[in-house]
Amino acid sequence: MDKLLVTIGGICVAGLIYWFFFGKRDEAVVVASEKVDILVDGGYKPSVIKIKKGQKITISLIRKDTNSCLEEFVLPDFKISKHLPLNQKIEIEITPNEAGEFPFHCGMNMFRGRIIVE
Amino acid sequence: MGTVKKSLPIIGMHCTSCAKLIEKKLNKTSGVISSNVNYASEIATVEVENHVKDEDLARVVADAGYKIGTNIEEEKKKELQSLKVKVIVSSILSFFVFIGSFPEWFSFIPNFLANPIFLLLLSSPVQFWAGRQFYLATWSGLKNRAASMDTLIAIGTTAAYGYSILSILGITSGTYFDTAAVIITLILLGRFLEAKAKSHTSDAIKKLLGLRVKTARVLRGDKEIDLPIEEVKVGDLIRVRPGEKVPTDGEVTEGQSSIDESMVTGESIPVGKFKGDTVIGATLNKNGSFVFRATKVGKDTMLAQIVEMVAAAQSSRAPIQRLADSVSSYFVPAVLMLSVFTFTVWFDLGEPIRALINMVAVLIIACPCAMGLATPTAIMVGTGKGAEKGILIKDAEALETAHKIKTIIFDKTGTLTIGRPIVTDVSGEKILEIVGSLEQGSEHTLAEAILNRIKEKGIKLSKVSEFKAYPGVGIGGVVNGKKYFFGNRGEKNEIIKRLESEGKTVMLLESGEKILGYVAVADVLKEGVREVVGKLERKGIESWMVTGDNERTAKAIAMQAGIKNVLAEVLPQEKASKVKELKEKYGVVAFAGDGINDAPALAASDVGIAMGTGTDVAIESAGITLLNRDIRSVITAYNLSRATFDVVKQNLIWAFGYNVILIPAAALGYLNPMIAAFAMAASSISVVLNSLRLKSIKI
Repeated sequence: MDKLLVTIGGICVAGLIYWFFFGKRDEAVVVASEKVDILVDGGYKPSVIKIKKGQKITISLIRKDTNSCLEEFVLPDFKISKHLPLNQKIEIEITPNEAGEFPFHCGMNMFRGRIIVE
Repeated sequence: MGTVKKSLPIIGMHCTSCAKLIEKKLNKTSGVISSNVNYASEIATVEVENHVKDEDLARVVADAGYKIGTNIEEEKKKELQSLKVKVIVSSILSFFVFIGSFPEWFSFIPNFLANPIFLLLLSSPVQFWAGRQFYLATWSGLKNRAASMDTLIAIGTTAAYGYSILSILGITSGTYFDTAAVIITLILLGRFLEAKAKSHTSDAIKKLLGLRVKTARVLRGDKEIDLPIEEVKVGDLIRVRPGEKVPTDGEVTEGQSSIDESMVTGESIPVGKFKGDTVIGATLNKNGSFVFRATKVGKDTMLAQIVEMVAAAQSSRAPIQRLADSVSSYFVPAVLMLSVFTFTVWFDLGEPIRALINMVAVLIIACPCAMGLATPTAIMVGTGKGAEKGILIKDAEALETAHKIKTIIFDKTGTLTIGRPIVTDVSGEKILEIVGSLEQGSEHTLAEAILNRIKEKGIKLSKVSEFKAYPGVGIGGVVNGKKYFFGNRGEKNEIIKRLESEGKTVMLLESGEKILGYVAVADVLKEGVREVVGKLERKGIESWMVTGDNERTAKAIAMQAGIKNVLAEVLPQEKASKVKELKEKYGVVAFAGDGINDAPALAASDVGIAMGTGTDVAIESAGITLLNRDIRSVITAYNLSRATFDVVKQNLIWAFGYNVILIPAAALGYLNPMIAAFAMAASSISVVLNSLRLKSIKI
């Protein structure tokens, strides 16, 4: 009886894990013009930013999360990697000259977001 | 109301009076009890009432014309320090928990130490104080439906800790406080060592920044005053004495010296500097004293640009990393699911205790960190090492592609050759004296070559009269009462034909109808070209030469260089399309050249290699810039690329192999969770250490 319960429970938990992490709905897209604030807390909020091609934009990051993975902010296509001290604003300026999707992520690439340039 | 002390890094101070000014402004601000601004450490220590916010202070400082910065190095140090404290405290606690958990092995310990309640008391601070960061990270991750490394550790240790509490309550049997405590301690120790090792991956930048000069001796009227470097402006005249560093970039206006530029360009031989020559900031003046006019200051200097470029390259992503990137996004949830299955299967096999232990082992052994660190750490060390050798790498992609090249196209002038003609053959010293006398007023590049040779030989020149230039043909005049013509009217004899077949330009000295002798000039190969071509060939890389010169000259130079493939009479604007043609035929193609003319070709190739400081355009279009202008650095760059990506591959194989082998081993019950924690900490550290190995590799 125990075994049956554990088996059913195990399958349910595994299914729950799958749904919880992979069944995520699409994140809300934030359209930004000159400046965008990103809160770094268990991920990036917002994690999808839409901006216009050729326009300079300031990304202001503030990390509220102690997770050591999130210490580093990496935007590889713009060759940016910044150390984010806890609770301090760090600003990054970029001027995308090409349209496309440019991912950003934490130091070990477990938390992700992207910048959509149109 | 209470007060707090804050220390704020200040940016933009350049003298002690600035510090005083900020201090005065801060002291006038309401809520500020006292303030002290240290100019040397660039830190303001402010005691304020609790309600005063950092932003208020920032505004005051900004009003005074300065900025509050973020001292990232300082922050990192603080974080490292607090991690160290946690490691030490939890090591001590875990040690006692461990021996207390195995009274049968450590029979000498007093009885109370083996008491489960006592073990609970000892391990709780480890679990919730030292391990607090794992919980916080897990919680903030779950809020966003994301999981990380910390999630695995938090769940794994909580399972062991929670199970032990149930045992104390009599619901289950056996305690595993030791497992939870030792895991947390080992992971924290691993993080501490990893952070220490990682800080060395950016040593190259720190070294470059350390080269900056702090003051300059500026000429003001007839006085010389020492000014902080931030106050030096473009156009200032600066004196540099023997043994001093050149404070900024500029142009020599007075005096001469030789300068050791190795720290910036990697060029090991000191370079002679005369009036009109450019000098680079942070290089070392050897023996002479000179004055130069500053042409670039602050972030425009070559050193500042190099630092910026190296930092940018270190942050870029190598294409090889993509695989690791896509794996890591599924990794943690997959491990979580696997741990659930591990528990279920072992439980169903009738082994509830082993089910728990193996589940914890699976959670702990999984190490996505090593995968995440494999490529970036190697790229950081590799690009840093390049910068030390005068090889500037634009991004990780260029570094990765460089060792895959199959074909390299060299531009002739300025890349393979020194870029200006020198005298190669003379029929006699007397000839040189007459020719030199005729040419002394001329500014033609050929005349320059001849006059340089005369200067080297120390030949005295005579006066010339009735000087006449025949455009396109030569020059004439009277020296010591005799009439001469020097040039080439199209005569050919055997010697001339031979010299011309070697790609040289031959000019004859005539008097009346009689040929008295000849001077041949040519743009000659740089030192080491043949050696480089030979080495490339042995590596299976085919060399090509492209030039605007005629076929004959081109072939002559190519033969000397040992290059078999020649593209002659190519107009500058055609170079890029030639590169594209070869790319289609031969695969990965590198182009080595310099100057604005080459920029399209540099950009069209898979790896553009720009020689020397060149122009900004060339550096922008090139993936690799050889600051020392030494063609042999092509080989060094290739070797660096190869060595870096060997390390990247080793790291990736190690990181993947580790997870692929050890996760199933843990699931099957072959790994104790404590051993797993040790292996997991060791695995990320070993990746970083393997990358640091690049520093000492000979390239």
